[in-house]
Amino acid sequence: MEQDVALAGLTGRVIHDETVPARAPWLHRVKAGETLRVVDLEGNQAVDFLLYATHDDAERYSAQDTIAAQANIFLRTGSVLRSNEGRPMMTITATAVEYHDTIGGACSCESNTLRYGHHTKAQHACVDNFLEANLRDGRGKRDIVSNVNFFMNVPVEADGALGIVDGISAPGLTVDLRAEMDVTVVVSNCPQINNPCNGFNPTPVRMIVTA
Amino acid sequence: MSILADPNAARDHARAMAGTVVEAMPTLPPRADDLPADVSADDLVWEETIAAGGYASRVLARGTRLRLIDLQGDACASLQLFNAAMPTERLNVADTVKVQWNAYLGTGSLFLSDMGRVLASIESDDAETHDAFCGASNAASNARHYGDGSNSGPTPNARDRLLLGAAKHGLARRDVHPCINLFKGVRIAADGSTEPQLGPFAPGRTLVLRAEMDLIVVLANCPHVLDPRPWTVTPLRATAWRGPVTAEDDPIRNATPERQRAFLNTEDWVRR
Repeated sequence: MEQDVALAGLTGRVIHDETVPARAPWLHRVKAGETLRVVDLEGNQAVDFLLYATHDDAERYSAQDTIAAQANIFLRTGSVLRSNEGRPMMTITATAVEYHDTIGGACSCESNTLRYGHHTKAQHACVDNFLEANLRDGRGKRDIVSNVNFFMNVPVEADGALGIVDGISAPGLTVDLRAEMDVTVVVSNCPQINNPCNGFNPTPVRMIVTA
Repeated sequence: MSILADPNAARDHARAMAGTVVEAMPTLPPRADDLPADVSADDLVWEETIAAGGYASRVLARGTRLRLIDLQGDACASLQLFNAAMPTERLNVADTVKVQWNAYLGTGSLFLSDMGRVLASIESDDAETHDAFCGASNAASNARHYGDGSNSGPTPNARDRLLLGAAKHGLARRDVHPCINLFKGVRIAADGSTEPQLGPFAPGRTLVLRAEMDLIVVLANCPHVLDPRPWTVTPLRATAWRGPVTAEDDPIRNATPERQRAFLNTEDWVRR
């Protein structure tokens, strides 16, 4: 039988394995100690990513607490994703990509009107995916905060200039996250087509959970 | 034996405090002897000195100017903004830096909502050290730095102060969103590391914000989360006055196409 390269390096038993279609939302609960691997199947596909504490979802991922605690804006192997109350939610245990973004936020129909013009208002956007997934789980607009963007590249220049630029990921690259508490993962497989975050071509990603 | 054994004595004791003046307090009705020359004293709506470690929250009408002064050079104003008429719309820090293609806020920068609208503009700023990256300290980070971070203790944290300020407008834990720290800055090095600019700075640095819609403004004044010193923060003065709504030929509005569209979107909200 052919070896599944997407499973390379994972220890433990696969308890969930799902491909998220291009442009789609995804919600999944990961228990403390389990590992989530996100596979960028076709390369440079931004995966917009939020976390909620499963047992108290007013506690959620905080980009600012994460940045302050590690004194760096880039997420790399060893980065701890922290909550708005300063607690570790997940740890990046391995990634083949040099770094991931957490300052660029999620695209929305509304911010698209600012960035590109009102002709983009009808296009699908990450915030609509976040809303759809969260609404199914009893959360709403108040629960959407600054997120992680796996496989997305947002450098900051010396004068503060910042922008989403060409990706540094490639087909088959992965990021592994160990849950430090029981978390609810909410993902938007980014549908953006007006900037390079998905190489102007949204593609599927694969989610593998091991225990 | 207590001298306040009966209600009348307690009443007299309480009333005898009237007229006490302390450093950090509101002035009612508001009075300020240093308003800009073109501002009438009749338009003053708020004058308050926010304590070191304190907080304040307030509704400001569209067009209102909010002047913040770092009185002694060590204030750190953590700011949250909500649309007063629909507080599910709030400051979005990521959109604020992404849409404007720059992370370092200063004169002319907009505070953008998660609905593609401008909440407020920075009309003037002589501080230029602000922080859109590191957010508020919290109970855990203050406990690590100072041994305690509780509201009831001597070293309160910014998140819990923002929570109290937001709660007084009916908001709760899930509403306290990423914030912007004013007067304390963070720059980003080429390798992504954060470089704090914490002062202490010269006294009297001043920032004037312009409300572009009716806002709930929440301010906390606690040490910056990356400040390595023993708990250090100094009072923050807030003064607000009524002013004209931003005109179509406003230079801040017209500085970039993204800003022009943010004003168009806000006007579309007000048009209802």
